[in-house]
Amino acid sequence: MNHRMIFYTISRMMLLAAVLLILPLAVSLIYGEACYAAFLWTLGISLILGLPGTLFCKPKKKLIYVKEGFLIVTAAWLLFSVIGALPFVISGEIPNFVDAFFEVVSGLTTTGASILANVEEMSHGLLFFRSFTHWIGGMGVLVLVMAVLPDLSGRSIHILKAEMPGPIFGKLVPRIKDTAKILYIIYFALTLLEIFLLLLGGMNLFESVTHAFGTAGTGGFGVKADSIASYSPYLQWVITIFMLLFGINFNLFYLLLIGKIRAFFRSAELRVYLGIFVAAVILVTINVLQLYPTFAEALRHSAFQVSSIMTTTGYATTDFNLWPSFSKVILLLLMSIGACAGSTAGGLKVSRVIILFRLIHREIRQLLHPRSVNTIKLDGKQLDETTLRSVSGYFAVYMLTTAMIFLLLSFEPFDLETNLSATFACFNNIGPGFGAVGPVSNYAAYSPFSKIALSFAMLMGRLEIFPLVLTFLPGTWKKN
Amino acid sequence: MQIVIVGCGKIGTTVTEDFVAEGFDVTVIDKDPAVISAITNTYDVIGVCGNGVDCELLAEAGIAKAELLVAVTGSDELNMLCCFLARKMGAKHTIARIRNPEYNDQSLSFMRHHLDLSMSINPELLAAQELFKILKMPSAITVETFSRRNYEMVEVVLRPESVLSGHSLMELRKKYSAKFLVCVVQRGENVYIPDGNFVLQEGDRIGISATPTEIHKLLRQIGLMQKSAKNVMILGASRTAYYLSKMLMDNGSAVKVVDKDFARCEEFSALLPGAVVIEGDGVQQELLLEESIDRMDAFLSLTGMDEGNILVSFFAAAQGVPKVIAKINSNELGSMAEKLGLECIISPKKVISDVLSRYARALKNSLGSSKVETLYKLMDGRAEALEFIVTPDFPGLNIPLQNLNLKKNILISGIVRGRKAIIPSGSDVILPDDHVIVLGAGTQLQDLSDILL
Repeated sequence: MNHRMIFYTISRMMLLAAVLLILPLAVSLIYGEACYAAFLWTLGISLILGLPGTLFCKPKKKLIYVKEGFLIVTAAWLLFSVIGALPFVISGEIPNFVDAFFEVVSGLTTTGASILANVEEMSHGLLFFRSFTHWIGGMGVLVLVMAVLPDLSGRSIHILKAEMPGPIFGKLVPRIKDTAKILYIIYFALTLLEIFLLLLGGMNLFESVTHAFGTAGTGGFGVKADSIASYSPYLQWVITIFMLLFGINFNLFYLLLIGKIRAFFRSAELRVYLGIFVAAVILVTINVLQLYPTFAEALRHSAFQVSSIMTTTGYATTDFNLWPSFSKVILLLLMSIGACAGSTAGGLKVSRVIILFRLIHREIRQLLHPRSVNTIKLDGKQLDETTLRSVSGYFAVYMLTTAMIFLLLSFEPFDLETNLSATFACFNNIGPGFGAVGPVSNYAAYSPFSKIALSFAMLMGRLEIFPLVLTFLPGTWKKN
Repeated sequence: MQIVIVGCGKIGTTVTEDFVAEGFDVTVIDKDPAVISAITNTYDVIGVCGNGVDCELLAEAGIAKAELLVAVTGSDELNMLCCFLARKMGAKHTIARIRNPEYNDQSLSFMRHHLDLSMSINPELLAAQELFKILKMPSAITVETFSRRNYEMVEVVLRPESVLSGHSLMELRKKYSAKFLVCVVQRGENVYIPDGNFVLQEGDRIGISATPTEIHKLLRQIGLMQKSAKNVMILGASRTAYYLSKMLMDNGSAVKVVDKDFARCEEFSALLPGAVVIEGDGVQQELLLEESIDRMDAFLSLTGMDEGNILVSFFAAAQGVPKVIAKINSNELGSMAEKLGLECIISPKKVISDVLSRYARALKNSLGSSKVETLYKLMDGRAEALEFIVTPDFPGLNIPLQNLNLKKNILISGIVRGRKAIIPSGSDVILPDDHVIVLGAGTQLQDLSDILL
C-alpha cells in the first residue's frame, strides 16, 4: 500500500479545505458577524495540518490501486467532516462537538438532517457554510481536487470511482481531469441558473444562494424553520424542477451539451426516473386531495415532496408527517430508490433498481426454462456478469446496513416509525423522516451514540458503503 | 489531439501507454470487456467495448473529431476495414497493422492508396529490419540512423577491458582521430547527458553519434570492431525470422533456422530454399551443439516464449557466440534479463510503438515551426533522440551553439547540412534546412524551439 501517496493527497485536501473556507469567511465579514474568528481559526488549523505533508512528503511512487482509492476517499471525507465541525464549536453556536459533527456530516453527505431547533437564530456566515457544504459534498470533494490538480496518473480513476455514486462509472472525455472539469462546469452553471430564477421570484440573494446550494447538492438545509413552506408557489415550483434536474445523471447533461438530444431522451434510467416521479405524484395527489382546498395546491405540494424525497434533497413545503399512511409509504419507498446514478443524490439509484428488476426477470425466466441463456441490457448495451454481481452484492449490503443502523437506533425511546424513517432518511441522505424526526422537527433528541451512528450511516450512504467498510476492516491494513 | 486505438493486445497496450505519456486524448476500442476494464483502470483513457468496424461504435468513440486512428487488432482485414470506415467518418489519419506477407508485396501500395491509409505497419518486418541493422554492426546493441543514413547513433556497452573506461570525454576526443560524440550514458538506473569532464566507467552503456564511416573507424580504433555476422542461427521459424533471413541471405550471409514444428519448417524451407532448416527443439542443448552453435557469428532466439528465449540465449552466450539477441515481449522480463547480463534484447512491440509515437508527434506539430523527422527512444525510453528539419523561423538561427541557452539535459548531437555531417562544436551554427539531431533525457520535445530556455 502506498502510504505516502495517501498522506500526500490528504494533505493537499486540507489545503483545499482552507481555500474553501475563504468563502464563508467572506460572508461572515460582509454581515459583520463574530463567527468570522471561528472560520479564521479553522482555516489556520487546516493550513497547519496540510502544509507540511504537501511540502515535505512528495511521494516517489504515484501508483495507487483500488484499495488506496477507497482509503483516500474515506480519509478525506472523515477529515473534512471533523474540520467542518470546528467553526460551529469554536463560534459556540453548536457547542457540542458531536452535534456539530452530525450537522457537518449531514451537510457534506447532502443529507440535510439537522439537530438545530431554530435555524433562524444562526448567524449568516454559519448558515451559508452549512449550505456550502451541500454544494461541495454534492459533486464530491475529490472530484474537485481532480479538476484542479495538475499531476494525475491514469490510476486516479480509482478515487473518482469511489466517490461518484452509481454502479457504472463512465468518463465523458478521455482524461480524468477534463471529465472532472466538465462535471463541475455543468454543476456550476445549473446552480447559477437556479440562483437567477430564485432572484426573479423575489427571494433575496442570501436565501437564493443557500437554497440553490441545498438544491444542487440535493441536500436540504434551509435558512427558515419551516423549510420552503413560506415561499411563493412560483419559488416552490422552481425548486421542485431544479431538485428533479439535479437528480439526473450529469453525464446526460453532457450529451445535451454536445447536441446528442436523442441519446439524452433515450436513456433508460432517465425514462424510468421520470416515470416513477410522475406515477408517485399522481398517486400522492389523489391521496392527499381532501387535505388541501384546491387541486393545484395538492398537486404542488405532492410534486414538491415527491421530488424532494426522490432526489434525496429533503426540503418541505408542508408537514408531510400529517399525510395519510399510503402517501407516507410511497415516500418511504422513494427514499430507498433515490435518483439517477452520477447525480448528486443518494439512495440505491434508479439504474441499480432497473438492473435489479431485470435480474429478477432473468431469474424467473431461468426457472421456467432452466437451459435458457439470457443477457441483461441497459441502454442497448449488454451488462457483463461483474457489473450484475456487484449490483446484487450492493443490494445485499445495502439491506444489511439498513438493518444494522435500525438495530443501533432501537435503544432510543422513540416509536418504530421514527426510528425506521430516521434510518432511511439518514442512510439514503434525505434528511427529514416521519414521526419525531418529521419535516418540522429535528434530530436533537437522539443520544450522542445514535448521532454518531447516524453520521456514519450518512457517510456510508454518500460513499456507497464499501469505502467506509473497507477502511475499518483489519485486512485492509495487513501487509499480506 | 484525439486518437482512437482499435485492438488492445500487446501492441495496442504499449501504444496506448506511449500516447498517454505523450499527452494525447486517447480512446481505446476492444471487444473484450475484461481488457477494456483493465486498460481504463491503468491509463487515463476512455474505453469502448465492441467491434472496431461497427460504425455506431466508432461514432461513439468520437471518430469524427479524431486526428488519428490506429488499428492494431489481430486481423489484417479488420484493421483495413476499420481504417477505411474511420477515414470515411472523418478521421484525418489512419494507420493499420498489416502483417500477412501476401498483402505486403506490390498490392500493399495499391491498397494503401485506395483505402486512404496514412501508413501501414508490419511488426515482423520492422523487427527484422531492426535486427538486420544490428547484425550488420554486431558490436553495437542498437543502431539508429538519421537523415537517410548520413548520420548514425550506436549504443555500446563498455566491457571490463574496454580502452574507453577511465577516461574523460575530453581526453578521448584528443586521443582518437575519429570525429564522434558520446551523447548519452546509462549507468545503472540513471541516464546522463555527459559533458567534456564526464569520465566513463566499465559497465556504462553509451550512445555514440557520428557519420557511419567515422563510427566504423572509431570502433576499429578501440578494438570493438566486429565484422558483420556471416553465419547466423535463428531459433523459431517465425515471420520475423523469414523477413530477416531473406535480408541476410540477400546480403550474402548463411542462415540456419531451428523450429520444432515440422509444418512451419516445411513452409519456411519452401519460401527460402537457400536456408538450412532444422526440425528440432531449440531448448535441447545437444541439438544446438550438433548444429555447431559455437561456430556461429550470431545467435537469435525469436520464438514466442520469452522465458525460453532468455534461457537459450544465455546458453548461446556461454558457448562463446559473439552476438546473441533475444526477443522478449514482456517489459518486466526484459529488464530482468538485462540485469542478469543479456545485452541485446529486441521487443517487436517497442519497435512499433516507437514508429507510432514518432508519427503521432510529427502529426501534432505539423503546424509548428519544425517537424520531427525521426524519433528514437533510447535507454528503455529514458532518453530520446530526435531529428528536426530547421525552418527559417527558428529563433536560434546563426547563433554559435556556445551562445545558445539550452535547457538542461539537452544536447545537439549532430547537424547534417546537405550531405555533410557536422559533429557540433561551440562555434558551429544552425542554418535553415539543416537536419538537427537532438538528444534529450527526461523531457519531451515537440518542436526544435523547445530546446531553448
